[in-house]
Amino acid sequence: MVKKLGILFSGGKDSMYAAWLAKKEGYEISCLISIVSENEESYMFHTPSIRRVEEQAKSMGIPLIIVKTKGKKEKELIDLERAIKLARKDYDISGVVSGAVESVYQASRIEKICNKLKIECFNPLWQKNQLELLEDLIKNKFEVIVVGVFAYPFDEKWLGRKIDIKFINEIKKLQEKYKINVAGEGGEFESFVLNCKLFKKKLIIKDQKIKGSKNSWRMDIKLE
Amino acid sequence: MKTILLIDICNEKLGFYEFVKPVRDILIKNNVNVFIKHYTRLKKKDLDEANSVIICGTTLYDNKFIEDINKFKWLTDFEGAVLGICGGMQIIGMIFNGKLCRGTEIGYYNEKFGKNFLGLMGKQEVYHLHNNYVDFSNLDFEIFAGNKISQGVKHKKKRIYGVLFHPEVRQKDLILNFCNLK
Repeated sequence: MVKKLGILFSGGKDSMYAAWLAKKEGYEISCLISIVSENEESYMFHTPSIRRVEEQAKSMGIPLIIVKTKGKKEKELIDLERAIKLARKDYDISGVVSGAVESVYQASRIEKICNKLKIECFNPLWQKNQLELLEDLIKNKFEVIVVGVFAYPFDEKWLGRKIDIKFINEIKKLQEKYKINVAGEGGEFESFVLNCKLFKKKLIIKDQKIKGSKNSWRMDIKLE
Repeated sequence: MKTILLIDICNEKLGFYEFVKPVRDILIKNNVNVFIKHYTRLKKKDLDEANSVIICGTTLYDNKFIEDINKFKWLTDFEGAVLGICGGMQIIGMIFNGKLCRGTEIGYYNEKFGKNFLGLMGKQEVYHLHNNYVDFSNLDFEIFAGNKISQGVKHKKKRIYGVLFHPEVRQKDLILNFCNLK
């Protein structure tokens, strides 16, 4: 049986919720594994600020492994394998958890790496209804904000918005009208978790910088 | 109304979310009566209560069900319909004297169904996640897809079906067609 797990961690809602499910089911989260991609269009990885992920790891009291990648298609998988190997060596993990929901591209590549390394791979959000996922976040008191939007008709006004009932109601309307995926699974938006049951201390935003144009906006945040 | 029993073969608790819950969600969304039992806690009354059974899959290294294969002997006497998914198909094969073989397939693969198999026909892109399979070639099963590795099979005399791929990802209708079998 698997006891110690490494979480493939972007700092967003999916990987954080997957981590929480692992903890809830009695597994030990031995480390977080973050791949920081230089390529903002990476197929595999979000591109969080290293600093933000570090703050989350600190609040959870869980060691963090950061591996940088140039984010070139397929080559970034070599960097992911390197990161998982490092986690196995340093933290004795025998399994990895991902926040993959729908992407076979993402899930199957992680599965292949784990299978090669003879460790287990868990995708506890796999095929989960997107609306149910957002509702579960609220029900379980996850404080999540939007830190990036990348699709029509989003604009900069969505940055910093909390995922709450009002957010769900509005995004449901966008889904009906523009086929937006309500959980941002198609890369429509990027999220960041400020607080959840895994945190010892809530993260507070000290400063924020917004950049972008038209329907593609990012918010860089500084935390207290 | 029909009642479907989902059998959970995951010994890792996180496996439930990935292999059992998605099947349950499809059934609930389509107003199918469903209840779940782990194979180690399965009772005769559970089987009596169910019209049909679906044995769900599990993660790549969670294979304790192979050691526990004797817990599935009920399959030879069960009179309802059975669908085995991935690990569930391997269980069906082993119970009906098939040999467990090593063979890894992960990700999307194209499979060709020569004739109608629970609504599937022709070329299908299916999602695979397995390190093992059962050789059904000399068993009392008809093979609907797969050359070297059987992908879709049905017992020649019983309503027992097996798929090596995961229909809960791309072929959700197959699961519903199975539930609607007479």
